[in-house]
Amino acid sequence: MPSLQLRLTKPFFSLGQYVLLLTKAFTSLGEFGLYRRNLFIQMVRVGIDSLPIVVMAAAFSGAVTTVQTAYQMTSPLIPRSTIGAIVVPSMIMELGAVITGFILAGRVGARIAAELGTMRVTEQIDALEAMGLNSVGYLIVPRVLAGVLMFPVLYVTATFVGIGAGLLVAEFSGLVPIGEFVQGARNYFQPFDPFFGLIKSLVFGFVITSISCYMGYFTEGGAEGVGRSTTQAAVMSCVYLLIADLGLAILLL
Amino acid sequence: MIQIEHIDKSFAEKTVLRDVSLEIPEGQTLAIIGRSGSGKSVLMKHIIGLLKPDRGRVLVDGIDINEISYRELRQVRRQFGVLFQGGALFDSMNTFENVAFPLRTFTNDTDAEIRKEVEHCLDVVNLSGVGPKKPSELSGGMKKRVALARAISLRPRYIIYDEPTSGLDPETSNTINDLIKNLADQLNVTSIVISHDMHSVLKIADRAAFLHAMRIHWVGTIAEMHRSDDAKLRAFVKANEYAIGESALPSTARASS
Ligand SMILES: Nc1ncnc2c1ncn2[C@@H]1O[C@H](COP(=O)(O)OP(=O)(O)OP(=O)(O)O)[C@@H](O)[C@H]1O
Ligand SMILES: [Mg+2]
Repeated sequence: MPSLQLRLTKPFFSLGQYVLLLTKAFTSLGEFGLYRRNLFIQMVRVGIDSLPIVVMAAAFSGAVTTVQTAYQMTSPLIPRSTIGAIVVPSMIMELGAVITGFILAGRVGARIAAELGTMRVTEQIDALEAMGLNSVGYLIVPRVLAGVLMFPVLYVTATFVGIGAGLLVAEFSGLVPIGEFVQGARNYFQPFDPFFGLIKSLVFGFVITSISCYMGYFTEGGAEGVGRSTTQAAVMSCVYLLIADLGLAILLL
Repeated sequence: MIQIEHIDKSFAEKTVLRDVSLEIPEGQTLAIIGRSGSGKSVLMKHIIGLLKPDRGRVLVDGIDINEISYRELRQVRRQFGVLFQGGALFDSMNTFENVAFPLRTFTNDTDAEIRKEVEHCLDVVNLSGVGPKKPSELSGGMKKRVALARAISLRPRYIIYDEPTSGLDPETSNTINDLIKNLADQLNVTSIVISHDMHSVLKIADRAAFLHAMRIHWVGTIAEMHRSDDAKLRAFVKANEYAIGESALPSTARASS
């Protein structure tokens, strides 16, 4: 059992270590030429490979939100178009980004931590360092950049797919005709909403990839350690994603 | 020239090295011998700054590598080739890409030049033709040799070999021993060889350092090792002789033991 002092100082130590790691990564941007190839590979892994599952999750959440909103609108005084006015902003401002975020935390976060963790325990990171490379820059910059660049793309896709699925469900299950749904969405559309969603997606992309890199890079203790880092990466990414979600809402709305 | 001066190293409560000093002059080959867990790999990681000593200094060409900036340290490291005990091959790349990696990263060679150099390096370790294989498809000994090819691909001034022949059959071991010796003799490489294989130590090293009980228990030339009557050193060498079933020491030395 660690001493009380250790347990109290550990979070600050981790935060310091995390900040130092990112500083070390991004002060090496001068050597970007070395990382470019990696960036491309990571962008494919984060972006293209995650697309099917993101599309699926977004479609279902758009459809379910539509059905549930309709279910709750029992009063005949509320126009049916309100369904569109609720579903569309929900997708744009919250669901599109958060659903994509949870999927990436599990998929990309775990993968990054497992990859870097294995590289750590099999001395591949030491080997990079021994060659005279900045291992932090080489491994972390492309992964974090890929997250920040690809997350907005996934977010936009998820949002369109979610809204599309909501529309289709509304029309085909006879909840509300497409025309009314769109009219409702239009009436309540705020130009800031998509920006808010995009900012969120940038922040989420950074949070997930940087936390997972941190967990993986400092893995200790063989295969068991890799397992621990991988779980921690997925869990912590989700936790900080939710904190960032609330923080951004308070800050920007 | 590498100088290790009075280094101490502990992990948490466990002390691994205590007041360890060593000097490796230009062009020489030093063998570090010692039992499993005696701290040989830990010592080797101090030489390239992967571990920092709790006390003491490590000098490479007179520069204290723990006093310079990270950028400068990386310049120092580029003069080294390191063969890690477990190979440390990049498992996201195939064999060819592993060996080509330092060349692609640190030289402006064309693809054709790199291909030629990689093929040469793989040939030297008796592995021509395995280029397209992934590290996971290679045997332990093959991995080690690919890692060796990678370590020498930039023609470093210093090479550190952590157990280059462990897990290899005697014939392949000999090839590797010859390679290490050739690099030292022909290219004047300064080498550090960690090994428990006395056969290879006797063949390739100029001097040996025996790590025991956290300290350099004994250090001297191979000729001095033959004559030494240090009980611990003799016990270590003798155990090895038994293990390889052949005489590690010349008969005169054995007779006197
Ligand atoms: N990162 C670390 N954290 C804690 N203890 C460590 C660490 N690295 C090494 N040790 C300990 O230091 C001691 C020496 O380890 P080292 O790997 O240097 O042994 P070695 O002489 O290379 O052995 P072998 O011949 O089996 O490779 C061991 O007891 C090991 O448990
Ligand atoms: Mg070792």
